Parts: sequence; structure tokens; C-alpha cells
Amino acid sequence: MWKLLQIELYKIFKRPRTYISFAAITALIGVIQLGLKMDGQAYVDFLMNSLKDNFEFDGQILNAYLVCYIILQLLLIHVPLLIALIAADMISGEANMGTLRLLLTKPVSKTQFILAKFLASSIYTFILLVWIAVFALAFSIYLFGTDDLIIQKTSYVVQIAENDVFWRYIGAFGFAFLSMLTVTALGFFLSLFAENSIGPIVTSMSIIIFFTILSTMTIPLFQKIQPYLFTTHMVNWKEFFDEKVDSQNVVIPGSIQNPQKIIDSALILVLHIVGLVSASIFIFKRKDVLS
Amino acid sequence: MMKHFLIILVAAVGFQTSAFSQDMTELINKVSAKLNQVNDYTAEGSLKTDVSFIKAPSGKVKVYFKKPNKFKLKKDGGISILPKGGVSINMNSMVMTSGYVALAAGESTVDGVKTKIVKLLPTDENSEIVLSTLYIDEANLLVRKAVTTTKENGTYEMGMTYSKYSNYGLPDKVVFSFNTKDYKLPKGITLEFDEGEKSSDLDKLKNKKGRVEITYNSYIINKGVDDSIFK
Repeated sequence: MWKLLQIELYKIFKRPRTYISFAAITALIGVIQLGLKMDGQAYVDFLMNSLKDNFEFDGQILNAYLVCYIILQLLLIHVPLLIALIAADMISGEANMGTLRLLLTKPVSKTQFILAKFLASSIYTFILLVWIAVFALAFSIYLFGTDDLIIQKTSYVVQIAENDVFWRYIGAFGFAFLSMLTVTALGFFLSLFAENSIGPIVTSMSIIIFFTILSTMTIPLFQKIQPYLFTTHMVNWKEFFDEKVDSQNVVIPGSIQNPQKIIDSALILVLHIVGLVSASIFIFKRKDVLS
Repeated sequence: MMKHFLIILVAAVGFQTSAFSQDMTELINKVSAKLNQVNDYTAEGSLKTDVSFIKAPSGKVKVYFKKPNKFKLKKDGGISILPKGGVSINMNSMVMTSGYVALAAGESTVDGVKTKIVKLLPTDENSEIVLSTLYIDEANLLVRKAVTTTKENGTYEMGMTYSKYSNYGLPDKVVFSFNTKDYKLPKGITLEFDEGEKSSDLDKLKNKKGRVEITYNSYIINKGVDDSIFK
């Protein structure tokens, strides 16, 4: 199994396509950081416009924690597309090249084969997220420094103390990994049904885009189905950045407003992952591999 | 006969009003003289912000004051969110020393202490403060409560509690109350699309006035404060 995983990882990281994601993310984060470094105050003024009429802010609002939050908000909607590029190619790519049948002549079970491939694409997803974390958070800390994190929600504002932020990012990245792993599992599952990569990649992207639009529209009919869409739960990493308040409306340090929501969403995502991987194993075991 | 009576009545009322007004000016001058003992101070304390739509942690603050009217509040690490103009209205700027008319407006009890109500009207039309109502503890020459209406920043209420530093007229606790406007941002800007914001914690805090509470732990009085702090 370990050998199989090594081979799959070698194949993933040997392909130039793999590095498109890393290059795209680096460029995107770099552009956002550059823009905010050059003209960030204007952006913050725009964001704080509704508050600045009544309140005075003293401190560094534009700091690494806010920059990272802005980047994650923008990026975590699009990263699934980059993940689908690799995950949806895992089986269909082999079928396309005609190597799938050859691979299965080796003394490994189909289950082991599928698990090794899924594990390899999961490691790719993990490394991609670590890459985002390093650039969006660590590099931003170097560029902007740190201070309290002020997040504007639709009907209220949350201020998180500087020393209470970092662990929330660890939690948020952990949750984002589950979200991205769901996308990996979906792309991987779809790659079983095609003999070229384009089909499953485009299908994965289409499902994600379609579900994301349904998740974000506040139409009563759509709101009824939203809890059943995995894309609705994927954005709940933001729950790490909301705090509980006491009876005097003072934040309770280290608290999360709705931890149950995080747990529920994480469980739903895990169920999706387990379901999709189990279905992949089930289907692949019964599949007559001819390519 | 009737004419004479009216003249006497008007004169008597006029004299009384003038006498009252004079009394209040004297009281204000006494309070002001007490506050004038302090040339500068550095104070340490804690800050609590209670605004229905802001979830903010409490934190330590340092407050700097220098005569005649320099005032700065700095949070010890972190970002401070304060009502615009409100906190900078400190005791010295509230109790005007010149260019005002002081009118007596009766008596009241604040936190169990009997106070005289004094309305201060600035004579300068360009003054930021439109009207100040001071609740003065005459026996101790302390301002227990102040309601200030400003041109730009609405009406503020300040409640003061005194203890260790009452000899200097400096409060141990100041509570600012102010009216807040509704806060709402479009979902397109916040990228928050779910309905998860209807929490009971927020509901119970709605329709409250905004409050900022500063509790001072210590003052360093008349030891000098560098001007660069106020920049």
C-alpha cells in the first residue's frame, strides 16, 4: 500500500498540470497582497464606511489576519476547481492513457488501488492548503504584521483579540481541508465513469458551481434544499471567527458562537467523503476494466 | 397700581433669575478650579464596549490628559472602537471655563447623591457642544452625571463614579452612553449567505443604547505627559 501511494504521489507531482494550481494560488494571493499593501487603506475605508460615521478606530485594522480572511473568503470558493483538475483525473487519466488495465495486473486489490489513489489526491489537496496557509497567513504576517481581527458580518461586527486569532485559523484550515477533501472525493468518484479527464473535471466543476449558486441564493425554495448541499457546509470555516458574548455584550475569549454548526457541517462533509469513497470502491470492484 | 405691581413682579423675577444664573456660574467655577489642580495625568484602566451590533473583547487601556484639552485613549495592544467624539469629551472639556451661560435647572439624585442640575449653554455659535447638562454634587464639587449634545456626534451621557481620586475631581469609573444607528451590510460585501446570524445572544441585546465603560485603576497626576502621545 505504501509503495502504491508513493507511486501515485510520484505520478501526481511529475505532471506539470499539478503545478498550475500552486502557481495560480501564488499569483492570486500575491496580487491581493500587493493590492492591499499599495492601497489597502482605501479598501478598509470602504469596508468600514458604515461604521466610521459613528465610531473611531485606533489600531491597525489592515493586518495579516484580516488579509488572510479576505484571501480565504475569495479563494476557498475557487480552490475546488483547482482540486478537481487533479482528483477528477486520477482514474480517467489512467483509462485515457490505457494504463489502468496494466496497473491492475499487479498483485494489489482493487480496494487498495482505489484507496492509494484517493490518498494520493488527498495529500495533494493537503499540500495545496498548506501552500495557501503559508502564503495567505505566514507571508501576510511578514508583510502586514498582526493586530486584532475585525470582521464585518451582515448585521454585526466581530472583533477578535490578536492572541485569540491564530488557533481559529488552524481550525479554519482544518475545516477547509475537510471541505476540499469532499471536492477531491467527488472528482475522484466521477473519474470512474469516464475514459478521458475532461468529462469528470468539467462535471465536478459544474456540480460545484451549480451547488454553490443554490447555496448562496436566498430564495425560500432554495433555502429548503440548502442544508442538503455540501457546498452550504463548505463555507462554515467562517464559524471559527464568530465569538460568544456574555450578558454585558463583552466577548468571551476563546469562545465560538456556534460550535455545533461546525461539528454538524464537519460530520456532513465526512459523510460525503466516506460515502463517495465507499461508492468509488464499490463501483470499481464491479467494474469491468477494459481500458 | 396694577402697573406698579407688574414692574415690581418683573424686576423680582429678573433679579431671581440673574441671582440663580450667578450662583451656577460660581458653582461651575468652583468645580473648574478643582479640576484645574490637574495639569496632566496618565491613567490605566480597562475598557468595555457594549454596542448591540459590535462583539468586542474588553481590554486594558491607557488614558493621557494634558491641559488645556489634550486627551488620548490608547488600548494596550489591539484595536479600540470608540464612539466618535464621545470619549474625547473629558471632564475638562465638559466643564467650560469661559464663554458659556450657566442656568439652574433644579435638583436631582444620581446614584443616591443629591445633585444640582446645571445647564451650560456656550455663547460661541461655532462651539461643537450645543448644550451640556451637568449634575453636580455641590458638597464635594464633583460632576456625577453629564448629558452633552454635540453638533456632529449626537447626544452623549456620561456617568461618573468617584473614589480614590475624588480630591482631584477624577472619576474611578466613567460610563458613556450614546445612541447608535442601525447597522446592516449587504450580503454581497460580507459574503455571508447563510441565515446563521439569528442567534439568541444577539436578539436579547438589540434595541439597547451603546455604552462604553472605562474603569480606572490608577492615575499618575501632574508628573508630565509628552506632547508626542497626543499626535
